Amino acid sequence: MPSLDDLKKRIKSVKSTQKITKAMKMVAAAKLRKAQENAEKGRPYSKKMQNIILNLTRSISDPKNAPKLLVGTGNDKTYLCVVLTADRGLCGGFNTNICKLAKTNFKKILNEQKNLKIITVGSKGFDQIKREYGKFVIKKYSFKEKKQITFEEADTVGNEIIRLFNKNEFDKCILFFNNFKNVITQIPQAQQIIPADNKSSETTEENSLLYEFEPDEDEILEDLLPKNISTQVFKAFLENAASEQGSRMTAMDNATRNAGDLVDKLTINYNRSRQASITKELIEIISGAESL
Amino acid sequence: MSDKFTFEIISPDKSIMKKDTTEVIIPAYEGEMGILKDHIPLITFLRPGKIKIKDTNEEFFVEEGIVEFANNNLLILSSTAKNISEINKGSKEALIANAEKRMRESEITDKEKYLLSYKINTLKNFSL
Repeated sequence: MPSLDDLKKRIKSVKSTQKITKAMKMVAAAKLRKAQENAEKGRPYSKKMQNIILNLTRSISDPKNAPKLLVGTGNDKTYLCVVLTADRGLCGGFNTNICKLAKTNFKKILNEQKNLKIITVGSKGFDQIKREYGKFVIKKYSFKEKKQITFEEADTVGNEIIRLFNKNEFDKCILFFNNFKNVITQIPQAQQIIPADNKSSETTEENSLLYEFEPDEDEILEDLLPKNISTQVFKAFLENAASEQGSRMTAMDNATRNAGDLVDKLTINYNRSRQASITKELIEIISGAESL
Repeated sequence: MSDKFTFEIISPDKSIMKKDTTEVIIPAYEGEMGILKDHIPLITFLRPGKIKIKDTNEEFFVEEGIVEFANNNLLILSSTAKNISEINKGSKEALIANAEKRMRESEITDKEKYLLSYKINTLKNFSL
C-alpha cells in the first residue's frame, strides 16, 4: 500500500502529463487542419499530371523506344524502396505502420533473391529500419529543421531517385507512405513509381482525345516523367504530413483520456487510504481513552 | 459567356487561379501561342516567359510548366508561376543574377542555355 504522500505525488505527475498530452493534441489539431488543406490542395496537381502522362502514353508511337522511366528497364532485379516517415515520435502507430509494411515488402524482396536498396526520409523510419536492414540503407534524408515541407524538398528526393535510376542502380522504385483518408484512418501504402504504374487509372477515363503535341510525344514524356517522380514524392509528403498530425491527434486524445481515468482511480485510492488512516487514528485515540 | 473557356493554373501546393476567360497568351516551348475557345486538344511545354490573360490584363511569370488544353479547359501545371504584381525589383534582380550565374557555368547544355537566355530576356523586359 503506497503512502498518502506517494499517491499525492503520483496524481500530480499524471495530471501534469495529461496537461502535456492535451496541449499536444491541440497543437496537432491546429496543424492537422493546415496539413489537410495542403494535402487537398496538392491533389489536383498530381492527379492532372498523371492524366496528362496517361494521355501521352496512349498516343506514344513506338512503345519499344519509350523512355525507361515509363516502361522500366526490362529487368526485375534491384528494388529501391523509399520509406517516408515522420521526424517526430509520439504519434501513435504512424511510423510503426509504415515500417511494418515496408519490412514485409523487404522480406519478400529478399526472399525472392533480389537486391534491395533503401532510402529513408524522416529520422524515425531510419531508427526503426536500421536494426534489421541497416546495411541496405543507401541514403537517409531528414527535414527536421524545416517547418513546412515544400516542393523543393520533394524535388531533392525526386532528383536523387532519378540520378540513381540513370546510373542503372535499380530497376523498380517503390514509395512507402501513409495515405490520409480521414483523421482516424490512415492507410499505409506502397506505391510503385518507376516504372510508372498506370494500370489502376486506365479504366477510369476512357474518352481519349487526339492531342496535338508540341514538341513531339517522346520529348514531352522525357521531360515530364522526371517531374512526375518529384510530384509523386511531393504528394506522398503531403499525405504523410496530414496523416502524421491526424495520427498524433488521436494518440494524444487517447492519452489524455487515459490520464483522466488514471487520475480518477488514483484519487479514489487516495481518499480511501486517507479515510482509513483517519479511522485508524480515531480507533487508537478511543481505545487509548478507554484504557485510562 | 459563349466564347469563354476555363483557365486554370495549378502549382504543386495550391491552385493559383481559376477563371473563365476569352483569350490567354502562353510562352510555349516553340514560341508564343494565343489560345482561344475550341482550340484543338494540345499538350506542350512552357519556356520561361509571361502568361497573359487578355480579359483582365493579368500577367504571370513562369519558368517552366506543362500545358494541357482539352474540352475547353486550359490547364497549366507549373511549380514556378508567380503573379507579376507580386514580383518586385529586388526579387527580379535576384532571379536575373541567379540565371546569369548559371549561364557562366561550363557544364551547361545548349537546351538549358536556350531556356536561361529566355528567362533573362523576359525578366529584363519587365517594366516594374
